Amino acid sequence: MQEFKGTENYIATEELQIAVNAAIALEKPLLIKGEPGTGKTLLAFEIAKALGKDIHTWHVKSTTTAQQGLYEYDAVARLRDSQFGDDKTKDISHYIIKGKMWQAFESEEKSVLLIDEIDKADIEFPNDLLLELDKMEFYCYELQKTIKAKNRPIVIITSNNEKELPDAFLRRCFFHFIRFPERQTMIDIVKVHFPTIEDDLMEEAMKVFYGIREIHGIKKKPSTSELIDWIRLLKLGKNTKEDLEKIDFVAAQPPYFGSLLKNEQDFEHILKAKRAGQNTFRRF
Amino acid sequence: MFLDFFLLLKEEGLPVTIGEYLNLLEALNKRVAAFNVEDFYFLSKTILIKHEQFLDRYDLLFGNYFHGIELSDIEKKEIPEDWLKKEIDRLFSEEEKALIEKLGGLEKVMERLKQLLEEQKEKHQGGNKWIGTGGTSPFGHGGYNPEGVRIGGSGGQKSAIKVWEKREYQNYASNVELNTRNIKLALKRLRILTREGIEDELDLHTTIEKTCKNAGYLDIEMQAPKKNRVKVLLFFDVGGSMDPHVEICEQIFSAAKSELKHLEFFYFHNCVYESIWKDNNMRHNDRIPTFEILHKFNQDYRIIFVGDATMSPYEITALGGSVEHYNDESGAAWLQRFVDKFPNIVWLNPSNEYYWDGVPSTKIIKHIFKDRMFPMTLDGLANAMKTLKGKKVVH
Repeated sequence: MQEFKGTENYIATEELQIAVNAAIALEKPLLIKGEPGTGKTLLAFEIAKALGKDIHTWHVKSTTTAQQGLYEYDAVARLRDSQFGDDKTKDISHYIIKGKMWQAFESEEKSVLLIDEIDKADIEFPNDLLLELDKMEFYCYELQKTIKAKNRPIVIITSNNEKELPDAFLRRCFFHFIRFPERQTMIDIVKVHFPTIEDDLMEEAMKVFYGIREIHGIKKKPSTSELIDWIRLLKLGKNTKEDLEKIDFVAAQPPYFGSLLKNEQDFEHILKAKRAGQNTFRRF
Repeated sequence: MFLDFFLLLKEEGLPVTIGEYLNLLEALNKRVAAFNVEDFYFLSKTILIKHEQFLDRYDLLFGNYFHGIELSDIEKKEIPEDWLKKEIDRLFSEEEKALIEKLGGLEKVMERLKQLLEEQKEKHQGGNKWIGTGGTSPFGHGGYNPEGVRIGGSGGQKSAIKVWEKREYQNYASNVELNTRNIKLALKRLRILTREGIEDELDLHTTIEKTCKNAGYLDIEMQAPKKNRVKVLLFFDVGGSMDPHVEICEQIFSAAKSELKHLEFFYFHNCVYESIWKDNNMRHNDRIPTFEILHKFNQDYRIIFVGDATMSPYEITALGGSVEHYNDESGAAWLQRFVDKFPNIVWLNPSNEYYWDGVPSTKIIKHIFKDRMFPMTLDGLANAMKTLKGKKVVH
């Protein structure tokens, strides 16, 4: 059995590795939750890369139905073609459009199937996929045959907790909650993205970053992906450690602050907190 | 071999099933994880626990069950001395402190408390020795012993020992959306599907008809898909006697917000008078005349009042009966205007319906609403939604 150990671009904690490997070994879907920006979606891509598998991604929206992941029957096209005596119309399978799950089931090798942001869909959506995820098969009425996975795909499901998922669905999944990385893990993650970053710049950037995260009452705390974007900008702008040292949020704002905070209310909140002298900045 | 552990989880109310237990054994059999406690902890967690709200409880049970086995992550922490002192200062009056002296002094009580905490392995309620709730032991809370030490949290199902172990998922246990799924499902009944917007759905019936008229040549007719266009106004009673119900109201509100696209909400206190407000922080400055609402929204809107309908009867029936200002018209008159204007209107009452008949104000409002008052249970909610759809259901 192939084991997932993270990749050169993706630091996976031991906890996460075990969750992924358990899901692969037992062929169960793995449900991933966690703060936005902690690499939930990325995980599926990295698993595919690490294990050398193809990946099928199904991005769920509020209008997505379970059926769309299986297949769709384009009756209108067939009807239209029949008007012109097209021979194609005799075979209904020409008008069956395969969905992402079907594609994953069909693939000759074990593949990775990502069902992204499952909580965005209708509240009944997960219930409609119970059998499909459990048995990895479904019935196509138009072709009157059962589509069964040749190789059970590695299914990764992400959720942002916008809707509660039904128990019956949860029973069929393994679950992992990606916690916000600790300082050391975070340093590892940044190093993966910027191998040449100077230690002192990183040190200062981390201070500012964790400083913001520690201020109470921020609506959207900056997370891993924001930190990486920010450091990228710092590098592009040739900022130095000295630039970051003088940041106090009142007189001097961090450069490219907008990439860390996505909410103008948070912006004001920090200013207010700083002016009031609430020094939540801990020096590491 | 881990059956006892599994049963313990089940007993403690974690939603684990046999299927998951078998999965765990299978995973162990396949050697997914190395044979050490830490890996077993990660593995069992990923297989058995399906929601972050349970992770904290799981950590505790795991720690308790595998007590004594080397765990680097969940090690027992010393009880912080100053924490206990602070609690005791906060909770005891001078008299009570004197009583403690009688029991052998604070030192001794503390020592005994520590000892009990060490010994105690499970949640406890009642009884007279263990720490827990409702007992006569001097420890725990809600008990009869005047020198009872209240340990952590607001009690209820939380046992004292939980407070000082390393529990990283603690935050997730409280701030997640709880139980709103059921409420959302109930609200879903309030679906009124209408066709509006872009025509991107085949109208089969008209297409067949037109194709026939077209001598068999296809004439495709499209139509807009059906969508839920129900429009709802929510009126929340805030403050005073509603405070104990804040939590359930918040749940209803958050569920409604995500399920209903056309939703507006307003606040009032006890009863509706000539003005209400939209932002509870601005309630004294930014009021909206009630007449404006009655004029602005047409009869298509469904109206939901949420309140416990518990007040002095004068607040509804009398002029000047409001507790906050002098009202020129009685609350009843204003409520009646709503009932007359909107055919689909309900009152949701979070208080226990057992007491409704005993509260005169509740009876009056129920009468004004022509019995369309429903309790805030799932059944009540479901019936309320049916009523809002125009079906004749009364409670």
